[in-house]
Amino acid sequence: MSLDKRMSAAEIVAQLSDGMTLGIGGWGPRRKPMALVREILRSDLKDLTVVAYGGADVGMLCAAGKVRKLVFAFVSLDAIPLEPWFRKSRESGALEVLELDEGMFQWGLKAAAFGLPFLPTRVGLGTDLAELGGLKTVQSPYDDAETLIAMPALKLDAALIHVNRSDWRGNVQVFGPDTYYDEWFAKAAAKTYVSCEELVDRMEDHYPEGAQDNLFERCFVSGVVEMPCGAHPSSMPPHYGWDMKAFKAYADSARDPGDWAQVASRFVGASEAEYLESIGGKEAVAALSLPIF
Amino acid sequence: MSDITLVDLCIVACSEAFRGNGEIVATGVGPVPRVAAGLAKLTHTPELMMTDGEAYLVEQPVPLGPRKYDDRKPAGHLPFSRFFDSAVWSGRRHAMVTPTQLDRFGQINLSYMGGTYDKPKTQMLGVRGFPGNTIYHPNSFFFPVHGPRVFVPQVDMISGVGYNPAKRVAGGNFSGVNLRRIVTNLCVMDFGGPENQIRVISLHPGVTFEEVQAATGFELARAENMETTRLPTAEELAVIASLDPHNIRASVLKDNPPAVRAAA
Repeated sequence: MSLDKRMSAAEIVAQLSDGMTLGIGGWGPRRKPMALVREILRSDLKDLTVVAYGGADVGMLCAAGKVRKLVFAFVSLDAIPLEPWFRKSRESGALEVLELDEGMFQWGLKAAAFGLPFLPTRVGLGTDLAELGGLKTVQSPYDDAETLIAMPALKLDAALIHVNRSDWRGNVQVFGPDTYYDEWFAKAAAKTYVSCEELVDRMEDHYPEGAQDNLFERCFVSGVVEMPCGAHPSSMPPHYGWDMKAFKAYADSARDPGDWAQVASRFVGASEAEYLESIGGKEAVAALSLPIF
Repeated sequence: MSDITLVDLCIVACSEAFRGNGEIVATGVGPVPRVAAGLAKLTHTPELMMTDGEAYLVEQPVPLGPRKYDDRKPAGHLPFSRFFDSAVWSGRRHAMVTPTQLDRFGQINLSYMGGTYDKPKTQMLGVRGFPGNTIYHPNSFFFPVHGPRVFVPQVDMISGVGYNPAKRVAGGNFSGVNLRRIVTNLCVMDFGGPENQIRVISLHPGVTFEEVQAATGFELARAENMETTRLPTAEELAVIASLDPHNIRASVLKDNPPAVRAAA
């Protein structure tokens, strides 16, 4: 088999099909594979089940009518706490949902990663989650006989993740203060496609000192595309922070004009090159300071 | 004394929730709880652990507001990717948060209000980590506006575990449910009434129990030794100012009132 996993963004999206369950890495407005999400928005892909710690990725896919079902624990842009396009979709009743606790969510990814039907947890007991989400319980077979929620595996047909570096074989390096659950999205998915800030030839020739940042091994990577600024407008430390001005314009557009068809070209662009140019190019993205909490 | 603000009194009351908590992660979400956690660590409970709000553990609480990205001095690392393993599911955390609603059982809601699961009238954040937080570790709450829209008889979507007997699943282990304190602009409450009923333990200066009851959508208990919430000390005020150098806390309570009400 060829170990050259390089693909174009369009070739990656062509691997996806209507009705698929798609995991999206990152967390809220951080480390989102937005360039790949934009490529989906330029395609006719539809009826997706999206599994994400949601930010504008979820908001945009919902606004564009790409999402049949959403598996989520929150959808937020942090400084803009309520994601307005997601809210619109929810309040219109257009989405089927499975709402989960943040911890249950990663537990479901881990169950999928290990090929298990479920993993037991206390989380969810005593809340409305189990009843609303149809989650079932199991009883411990040991002396404690504890009743636990059986968190079902969140099996993904494909996952999209934005990483700091990769080589053409899919040896990734993922660093920054927090990599969230990207590792488990990669392992829960039948196929994982990564976009990267920097593509190198052979990782060992370029960044051997970064080997400990190899968050998941290359057997979990099916395709690689170099997409500098590919997380914009979300943050990608240490390269750049989030673009709160862009998030604000995007959020405001949910009220006025409130119609995605009218604003999609502005937030998606006809191509990634055109999009990058519209936001001021790589220099403008590199100048976005890292967020301070 | 007359220039002491109510928000500083609230911060001190919130910090008391963390007193003597031990080596656990104190998480304060929002300006008042966050400054309160820092105040607790810098005064009575130095063993507390806390993050910079992102992914690093710091021994010097980071102040609110603009500062340089590298101003924090990391002493450890607690990213979200380890958060459930290290802090939440191990019970080594006490969070103070502000949900949208809280009911008479201490059940909280931040998911949606009105309508249904499939078509909510008002979609909010989603349950985030609250189901796990509330079954595994202590939680306290801060509300800047004590009113009947916040303190409701029954929340619309139970996003956090409370003391509702009807929600106790047979065989479930609820031993980690530990709701500690509720601090508002009017009073301090805990869950120490009969069957964990919410009770007022101190009233802020000039506030009456009747006023608090009238602003609450369910019946409150009254602690036998109900006190007046104490004023901050000079030392506490200095620490609070150092943790909020831009005075962001001044915008938390409407009109930033004084701690002691002017006589009517």
